[in-house]
Parts: sequence; C-alpha cells; structure tokens
Amino acid sequence: MLGLSLREVSAALKQGQVSPMELCQKCLSLIKETKFLNAYITVEEERALKQAEESEKRYEKGQALGILDGIPIAVKDNFSTAGIETTCASNMLKGYIPPYNATVVQKLLDQGAVLLGKTNLDEFAMGSGSTDGIFGPVRNPWSYSKQYREKKKQSHHRADEDSDWLITGGSSGGSAAAVSAFTCFAALGSDTGGSTRNPAALCGLVGLKPTYGLISRYGLIPLVNSMDVPGILTRCVEDAAIVLGILAGHDPKDSTTAQDPVGPFTLPILRDVGKLCIGIPKEYSAPGLSSEVQAFWSKAADLFASKGAKVVEVSLPHTSYSIVCYHVLCTAEVASNMARFDGLEYGHRCNVNVSTEAMYAATRREGFNDVVRGRILSGNFFLLKENYDDYFVKAQKVRRLIANDFVKVFNSGVDVLLTPTTLSNAVPYLEFIKEDNRTRSARDDIFTQSVNMAGLPAVNVPMALSSQGLPIGLQLIGRAFSDQQLLTVAKWFEEQVQFPVIQLQELMDSCQTFSQHKKLASVSLKR
Amino acid sequence: MAAPILRCARAGRCWSLGSRPRRTRALFAEPVPGRVREQSSAALQEPRPGAHEWAAVVGLEIHAQISSNSKLFSGSQVSFLAPPNSSVSFFDASLPGTLPVLNRRCVKAAVMTGLALNCTVNKKSLFDRKHYFYADLPAGYQITQQRLPIAVNGCLTYSLSVGAHWSPSATKTVRIKQIQLEQDSGKSLHDDTRSQTLIDLNRAGVGLMEVVMEPDMSCGAEAATAVRELQLILRALGTSQANMAEGQLRVDANVSVHHPGEPLGVRTEVKNLNSIRFLAKAIDYEIQRQIEELRNGGKILNETRAFDEKLGCTVSMRDKEGKQDYRFMPEPNLPPLILYDAESLPTAADPQQVVNIDWIRERLPELPSVTRGRLVEQYGILPEHSFALLNEDGLLEFFQTVMKETRAEPKKVIGWILSTFLGYLKQRNLAVSESPISPSSLAELLSLVDSKVISLPAAKQVFEELWQNQGKTTGQIIQEKKLELLQNQEELEEICQAVLAEHPQEVMAVKKGNQKVVNKLIGMVRRATEGRADPIRIKQILEKQLQ
Repeated sequence: MLGLSLREVSAALKQGQVSPMELCQKCLSLIKETKFLNAYITVEEERALKQAEESEKRYEKGQALGILDGIPIAVKDNFSTAGIETTCASNMLKGYIPPYNATVVQKLLDQGAVLLGKTNLDEFAMGSGSTDGIFGPVRNPWSYSKQYREKKKQSHHRADEDSDWLITGGSSGGSAAAVSAFTCFAALGSDTGGSTRNPAALCGLVGLKPTYGLISRYGLIPLVNSMDVPGILTRCVEDAAIVLGILAGHDPKDSTTAQDPVGPFTLPILRDVGKLCIGIPKEYSAPGLSSEVQAFWSKAADLFASKGAKVVEVSLPHTSYSIVCYHVLCTAEVASNMARFDGLEYGHRCNVNVSTEAMYAATRREGFNDVVRGRILSGNFFLLKENYDDYFVKAQKVRRLIANDFVKVFNSGVDVLLTPTTLSNAVPYLEFIKEDNRTRSARDDIFTQSVNMAGLPAVNVPMALSSQGLPIGLQLIGRAFSDQQLLTVAKWFEEQVQFPVIQLQELMDSCQTFSQHKKLASVSLKR
Repeated sequence: MAAPILRCARAGRCWSLGSRPRRTRALFAEPVPGRVREQSSAALQEPRPGAHEWAAVVGLEIHAQISSNSKLFSGSQVSFLAPPNSSVSFFDASLPGTLPVLNRRCVKAAVMTGLALNCTVNKKSLFDRKHYFYADLPAGYQITQQRLPIAVNGCLTYSLSVGAHWSPSATKTVRIKQIQLEQDSGKSLHDDTRSQTLIDLNRAGVGLMEVVMEPDMSCGAEAATAVRELQLILRALGTSQANMAEGQLRVDANVSVHHPGEPLGVRTEVKNLNSIRFLAKAIDYEIQRQIEELRNGGKILNETRAFDEKLGCTVSMRDKEGKQDYRFMPEPNLPPLILYDAESLPTAADPQQVVNIDWIRERLPELPSVTRGRLVEQYGILPEHSFALLNEDGLLEFFQTVMKETRAEPKKVIGWILSTFLGYLKQRNLAVSESPISPSSLAELLSLVDSKVISLPAAKQVFEELWQNQGKTTGQIIQEKKLELLQNQEELEEICQAVLAEHPQEVMAVKKGNQKVVNKLIGMVRRATEGRADPIRIKQILEKQLQ
C-alpha cells in the first residue's frame, strides 16, 4: 500500500480499500522504525492523525478535497509551517515556531494532504550531502536495500553495518529518504543549485525543480532568493506532475511568481518521440564524471535516438564558469538573507548582554555553523563597495551569459536537454566527509546549478542501478515554463527504463538491529 | 570669543564675521555649488585685503512618510500613536520566508510627488537592499532605491520672504536630484535606568519618499523656505501629511563652507531637525561653527551632528565609528518596478495592477504656486497675501469660506484675516483649526461692517467678544452692547445739533475757517452716540449744520 503512486492510493482511499487513518498510522509507524535514517527532524504524530481523521470524515461524506486528501506527505524543514517548529537544521532557529504556512504547504493542506512532519537537511540548505545540519546526517535508505547489500557481498566488502551507510545527497536529503523509504507519498524539497535533484538521483527518485516563478516561494526560508524554487520529490513522474499541478500558480504574496495562468499539468502519453530533439551538452562530460554515469548517459541518448528522436550534441560554453559565479551570487544573497538572524525578534539569542553588538556577534556565532558563517563572510566581502563590481556585478554578467547559452540552444530547435544529475552514485558517509562542504558543494552541483542560474525547469529521472546496486539518475532540462512538456518526456523515459523498486527487506532487518525493542509493521513495500 | 553675527542677505550669500564691520553687500550673485562661479566684478573691483568671505553650501535629504493606509511592502496599518507593536505583519518583523509586496498607493504617491517637483519619472526603477545592523531594522537591511530611483532631475521653486515683503527677485530654485521609495525603520526606546532598549516596530516598513535636494541653498532661511514649500506641495498632493513634529517629514542637512572661488569644503550632516524653525537655526549655527573652526585653524570632520534644541547648537553624534559600508545589493524578491504612460500602457492591463503616469499627471491637484496665482487673480489680493494665506495651515480654507459667505470686499477680508484674526491666533499660539471664531461668524461680522450696520471700531469690539464668549452670535453681541450704527437721520441730526449748541467756541473756530476743529466735533458726536455713528455721515450732517 505504501508503495502506491498518488493516483493509485487516492483511488484506494476513494474506494475505501484503505482509510486515511490507517494510511497515516502505517506511515507513522514506519517513520518510527526507520528513525535511524534521520530523515525527519519533527514528526507531528498527533496533528497528522487529527488531519487524517478529518480526511476520513470527508471521505465518509464523499466530500474529499482533492486528489491528495488523506495522503501522507512530508515537508523539508526550511518551509514555514504554522504551529510546527521550523529549524532549517540550525541552532539559530531551534525552537522557532512560525505563525504562518508557506504557500506551498497551505496548498497541500487545502487539498487535504496529511502533513507527517518536517524533514532533515543541511543547515539552511547549504550543502550537497544532508550531512551538515545540527540534527546529524541523513542516511540513504538504499544503504539497506537488498540490491546494494547483495552487490556488496559479492565484492567481498565486509560491511560494518553501522558505519558503512551512504549519504542521500542534499540538501533535501531528509525529504528524499522519507519518500524513498516509503514513509510518505511525496515530499517537498527546495532547489537552489540542485538540492532536490541531487538527492533524488542518489535515492532513486523523481526530483523536480520547476521553472523559477511557477511556484510561490512565500514561506520558504531563503538560501538564494533569485534561484530558490520549491522542489518536488516523488517516486514517479506522474506523481511529481500531480503535485506540481497543485502547487503551481501566481501567488500575490510572491511578486516573483508569474502572473499568467499556468497548467494544466496532466501528462499526455507520449507514444512517438520522433518529433523530439534531445540536446546533449558537450560541456557536461566533465572531469570527475564516473564512467558508469557517463555510460548510462550515452545509453539514454541512444535510447532516445533508437526510438526516433533527434539527438544532437549542443554547446553551453559558459558552463564551466557556473560554479565560481554561483559561489559569488549565493554567498552574497546568503550574507544578506542571514542578516535578519540577530536574536531579537525570534530564534536563538545568546546570554551576552554587554551591548547590542556583542549580543549580535555571540548570537550569530552560536547560531550558525561554520558553513553558514563562511558563506556570510565571503558574501559580505563580495558586496563591499570596493569589490562589488569585480565580483557581484561580474558574476551577474556571467549568469546572464549562462542563461543565454540555454536560450540559444533551445532557440536552435532543441526541446529537452539530457545530462547527468550527479557525478556518481551515492557515496559512503565516511568517504563524503573527507572533504569540506565547500569543495563538495562545488563539485556535486556541477550539472544542476546552471539550471538555477537560468531559472529553467529540470527533473531527475532514475534510470538504472549502478554496479554497486545504487541508483543513477539523469537530468532532463526544459525551456522556461515548459514544465509539462518536460515531464511528458520524463514520463516517457521513465516507462522505457523501468527503474527497479527499492527492495527494503534488508532495511527491515536493519530496523531490527537498530530498534530491536520495537515491533515491525507488517507492510508491503512492493508495488 | 564673541559669537559672530550671522546674516542671510537677500540676494547674495555672504557670511561676515562679527569681528569686522558687518558687510551685507553681496559678493557674488548666485552660488552654484560644485562649480563656484567667478566672482562678480564688484568684488574684483573692490578687493579687501585680508577680508575673509565665506560661502556656505546647504543640501537636504528629506524623508517624507507616505500618506497610505498600509505599509510599503506589507498590509499592516499605518497609524501614528498606535500601541507599540500593534501594527506589525510577519514581513515587518522579518520572519524568515516572508516576502515584500509593493504597495501601489505608495508608488502612485511617489509618482505624483515626482511630477509635482518637475522630475522625470523613470518608467523602470529598481529596489536595493542597504545593509546595516540596528535593533529597529529587523531584516538587517532596508529596501530602498539606490541604483535606479522612481523619479530624478526635478526642481522646486520657492520664494524667500524678506522681512514682511514679498519680492519677485527672491524667487529661488533648488534642483531635486532624485526621489526614492524606501522603508522606514522601527523605533528604539532606550530605558537608561534599566539599561535596556525596547523596540517598537509599528513604524518599521512604513513607506517613505526620500527627496534629495542638491546643495543649491546657502543659509538656514533658504533651506527652511524650500522645506516649507515642499511641505505645502506634499499636503496639496495628499502624498504625505508632512508633519515634522510627528516625524512624517524628517530633514537632514548637509552643510559646508568655503571661500568663494575655491573648492567646496568638507561637509557635515546635521540630523535631528524636527521643526522648520530649528532647521533654519541648526543650519545657520553649523555654518558659523564651521567658519569659526576654520578661522581658528581647525578642520571640519565629515561627521554626523545632531541639533540640540535646548542649547541651540549642533553636537557630534559620533555614531559612525569607522567607515560604514552598506553593501548594497539588488532586492531579489521584487521585480523591476515598471510604470506606464498612455503610449506604453498594455491594452489588456488590469488598471488595478498598473500605474499610468499620464493618468496621474492629468489628475494632479492644484499646487501651491498655482493656488497663489489664482488667489491673486481671483480676489485681487497682493502676492504676499497669497503666501501668507498658504503658509498657515487651514488659513486659506478659512479665508475662502469667509469670502463665500460675506458681502465684504476681498481686500477688507484679507486685512482682517491676516492682521486681526492671525494676530489673535499667534498671540495665543493657536492653530486656525483651534480658532474660537468660525468663518461664518467672521463673514457675518464683515458683512455688517460692509453694509455700515456697525462701525469698524465696533466690529473690533464684536470680534473681541466673539473670541471671548463662545456661543454668542454676532447679532446677540451687537444687540447686547448696543453697537449698531444709528441709522435714523433725524436722531443723528438732533444729536449733532445738541453737540454744536454745547460747544459754541468750536463752532466759531470752524466758521473762522479752522476746518480741523470739525474732526474734534465729529469725535464729540461719536462719544455722544457711544461710537454708534458713522463718522462720514456725522461729518456730512455737521458740515450742513455749520453752514
């Protein structure tokens, strides 16, 4: 039941095969059993059950609010949720309970969705591993999958069960783990440089970064306002389209949302890709790209070609400047956005009260981790009067060049770009933390980041398992506001590749190791 | 050292020092700061060795709170004197995740103000973040318009009154560099006894228009008059209540001095000017202070100084230790502000979503300069009267109401209003709105004078009574005090006859040709009637009887 698609579970609810309360309870107990994944920061058990109960009453009266009514979902802990602690995985916001819902959260609740809790992330979404938050790293459910475990046995890797787990990618790793481990049916992430697509790729999920301006950012605690978009993490393309349909549209509270009517986002079945032109950006054959990902990328291109699509090599010449450009723009906005955390109105406040300035300094030192502080420092440096033109203005110009690269390619007749999402499959935590956050972010965002610079829609679609038995996903990039077309192609691709379902019997075994005193829920995890 | 005497001459800006004889002669006609013109030939012909002439340069930064129900980027109410923190939205408190939404009313107000100040209204303007840490700035930055403001390159014309007289030669113009929309900050209340600071965010996020005036002024009086004119314009437009005491109009002055012909001096910024009178005082003080400082071999620091009302001087604020770098950055949550004109307006545009400059221009209310011209034209009053009428809040309305309801001539009415009425108000420190005499009572009174029902002195008496005894009508007072003029010809003739009979000596004198004595007789008759007789009529009767 927990492995069903949104449409399937919605039908099951409607037909009474399962009740919202049952569904909610199943998810809640699975969350408890998979607590070691550290996917959730806050689980709102009582609230969720109450929502489920209300949903149940609606179903009894035949007055379901929408397709999501009664369906458990999770939300990354950088979206404001009224009455629910919203921490951004930072000491700065520990204990902060917002008085309002982010527009996207409200839209989900208005549909009757049951909000289970808030998911883990890197502090203020700054990271690519979901390892740098105050609540500790998120574990990739695939670490405990049958597929991965078996491969590991074959390669005589005697795994130390407790330390050999893999990262989820990030920064929306908690949301990715939550969906991947079947604890919820869909989750919201956020995507500034790849934070939704990256963990989606490493956790074998569909991760959609919609067009900038298609979905409201109101209530999303910002990282980089000009690049942030709420992301959608689901187990199939169709589900992502359904959630997008609910979230998309102008929000008077967010002046950067497009005013034109949007949608619908229902996906037609694409039978013929003969009229499609798929672009393969040559600059994406970057150093560091694993041969395996490279091979799957080629295979995917061949697949399109073999079904009649036109596959062309294209050039996005300014790609290599993206990382450094992003670094300047991101840190500048971070420095600005983080200025509000001064301990006065909300959030952490230190005990120092010698002077207001001393209070600010100590509060911010205690409240932010090194990554956040480092970005604030760089950002303020770039914004200094004497540096502004050399860094910020220059970076903005480069950003325009990067965006123009895409425009040119799409104007040349390309419909969708096909690229890798990540350099490789998920890596073990112990390996990942050998390098610092900045190095990792710069490396891991390489394929995803320029899309945010250009504001384009992009989606990770899981393609296949690597030789290690871990998911490898590819990225499809579309024209601005062509999200529906992009997802239609993604759905076709998904059908073709038949990505395997995660086999979590091993996870269940691990559950026993990690929480032996708890009884296992007897849920079928297979679709 | 003796305080130097400060003078602001009418035509020229010449600052003389008390240690020498006062010099009021202008050295050069019109200072243009930034590029000081050549000295006038008069100065070159008469060089005074050792004379220390100084020229002062004054520029203003004026923050006008926009008159609007809600704040610049949020829906919270704007209200003066609301309980602390009772008008604070999530955005105003900078809750993470909140976003600014631009208030259309504030944009329209800025456009109106820009047009009234002869600015070019930019069809595209941008918002920026200006960063600094301060307790009453919750977001850690202010949203303002640093790069591309909503209006630029305007000018404001004002007329400097010299003494009580108005002169066309005292009309001056100050260039308006720009008008920018920005957020107001909250208020910090320092509780020194408990050594804590309390923050009130009611004002945080209220819309401001910052009007930047180029340094085209050269003394306190000029700056004060320019600000007063701006205040009148803002009120006429309804874009700001512009009340300085309530902080709706806040003026910072940039002041520097230099020797004519030499580059401009280092400037100081004078803050904390909460009335027009103090503005003039503070600027003049600061000019003199700088001259003194330089004369004594000192240096002027580029600093912020506050005006101390009690001491009447400016004092260094020393608030900016080290250099402030505001780290300006584009505000990423607000797209460029696009304004339209009749030509560029998209046909399908929702009128609630767009601002049409031409539409606003066509509907601009009458500006003070036009009002003055109209008053002169319509009522035949003097230009200085028109200035006086506009300068006092509510006086124009009072005058116009009186004019509507009275038969008296405008010239008579303006005389009464500007001398008697305004005199009473000033003496008692009252505003026009606090006057115990309504325009209708005054109109009635003046009509009675006009139709010779009462005499002018009697009218003054009635006016005094009206002021003292509220509730009584003009008619009641006249009746009670028996103030109406005697209209009965026979009765008047009898009284005159009686006076003549009682004063044969005076009658003789007149008959001998001493006409001055007639006036004495008139006075006697008026006394006999307790002032209730019209002197002109008495004169006619007496002359007839004396023949």
